[in-house]
Amino acid sequence: MAIEQNMRRVTAIQNGTVIDHIPQGKALRVLEMLNINDATSVPVSMVMNVPSKKMGVKDIIKVEDRELNQDELNRLALVAPDAHVAIIRAFSVAEKLTIELGDEITNVVRCTFSNCITINPREPLPHRLFVASREPVELRCHYCGRPQEVEKLIENLL
Amino acid sequence: MTGLITMNDLSNEEILEILDTAERLLPVARGETYLPLLQGKILGNLFFEPSTRTRMSFETAMKRLGGDVINLGDVSTSSVVKGETLYDTIQMVDGYTDIIALRHPRQGAAQYAQDSANSPVLNGGDGAGNHPTQTMLDLFTIRQAHGTLENLDIVLAGDLRYGRTVHSLSHALIRFGCNLILASPSILRMPAEIVQDLKAHGATIVETEDLIGSLDNADVVYMTRIQKERFNDEDEYKKVAGAYKMHASQLSNCRPSMIVMHPLPRVDEIHPSVDSSRHARYFEQAFNGVVARMALLCRLLNVEVPEKIEGGK
Repeated sequence: MAIEQNMRRVTAIQNGTVIDHIPQGKALRVLEMLNINDATSVPVSMVMNVPSKKMGVKDIIKVEDRELNQDELNRLALVAPDAHVAIIRAFSVAEKLTIELGDEITNVVRCTFSNCITINPREPLPHRLFVASREPVELRCHYCGRPQEVEKLIENLL
Repeated sequence: MTGLITMNDLSNEEILEILDTAERLLPVARGETYLPLLQGKILGNLFFEPSTRTRMSFETAMKRLGGDVINLGDVSTSSVVKGETLYDTIQMVDGYTDIIALRHPRQGAAQYAQDSANSPVLNGGDGAGNHPTQTMLDLFTIRQAHGTLENLDIVLAGDLRYGRTVHSLSHALIRFGCNLILASPSILRMPAEIVQDLKAHGATIVETEDLIGSLDNADVVYMTRIQKERFNDEDEYKKVAGAYKMHASQLSNCRPSMIVMHPLPRVDEIHPSVDSSRHARYFEQAFNGVVARMALLCRLLNVEVPEKIEGGK
């Protein structure tokens, strides 16, 4: 019943991407990380704090007429590593994608350490964070080696 | 070609090989014999921060081996002050030289430089990050005194938070099974992520504020300078700095073979009375910077050092 209500909250989309099972309250961060903002022209729906059998409460995002690619989705590993992603074509699920945390996150976020060499915006080399541990997730800067705080990292999105 | 950015760039076997090479080069470092192995090679010394020993010992090492050195000079008169990026500076120097030694106030600068350069980069200290060439000379000094690097009891004392020498050194020592006592005031403790890394390697680590109580069972006491500017309150600084002063009279119950090291410059943390004791090694340590850097320069420039050097052992 609760699930059906969730579906009714936002209409089914004909084509596009559905990101389900986003941790409660993280949908806005997900939009930020996908660079979906006022410059985005396609319709985007978001529901927050809806009941979920698996998570208790969750957020959902639907992006119409745009199929997000694996690289874009992998950016979400920082905030919604267990989100479910479905590519919708003609109102049906055409593909299911999972979010993968690779060995390195390149040019997604800037190191959070205030004395890192990458703090100078004019330095041209890519921003690189490597995955030092997966469980729990720990990212470190390729250059300065400092462990990153995920909350601060999100503020440093490129 | 890769240089030396952190101690992770070297295996234990490579560390020992480099120390062996350094030992063979001692007569060259002392000027007893001339061995122009690096003739025709140019070192770019890029020191964006003040340095005495590191810069001079790199220069000495290069010149004793017949090589040449160009210096960035005073940062305030170079193009850096005009806003040049590190990337651009490295591109330029990379074209002029065969190898680069870099000191920079920003952490991660050495890795950044290495990723920007074709020549090998030697990290001469990056912010509060790493200082692996110092670690190599420290290891050389420890092995010279104890004949081994294995399973020693080592006290690292003073400013362990900002002191990059102790960051690199601690990582290297635990790889040889050394036990570490980290003696520092609470606000200058070793960064948690480093302690976490050391423990993850299975190292025995004890953190304490009691330096004097740690001296008697140590094979090495590695002192560092407590910098006044790290404290907001001058009274607090005086109190802390006072507890991290070593005097010869405190060394009477130490192991006879115990050595006192310091990356220098020192201020008050080692009283001059220690200088004449059998434990003092800091001036030899500073000299060892030349041989350790000679060995590193040869290795990174792929220049073989002869097994037997005239005047050597």
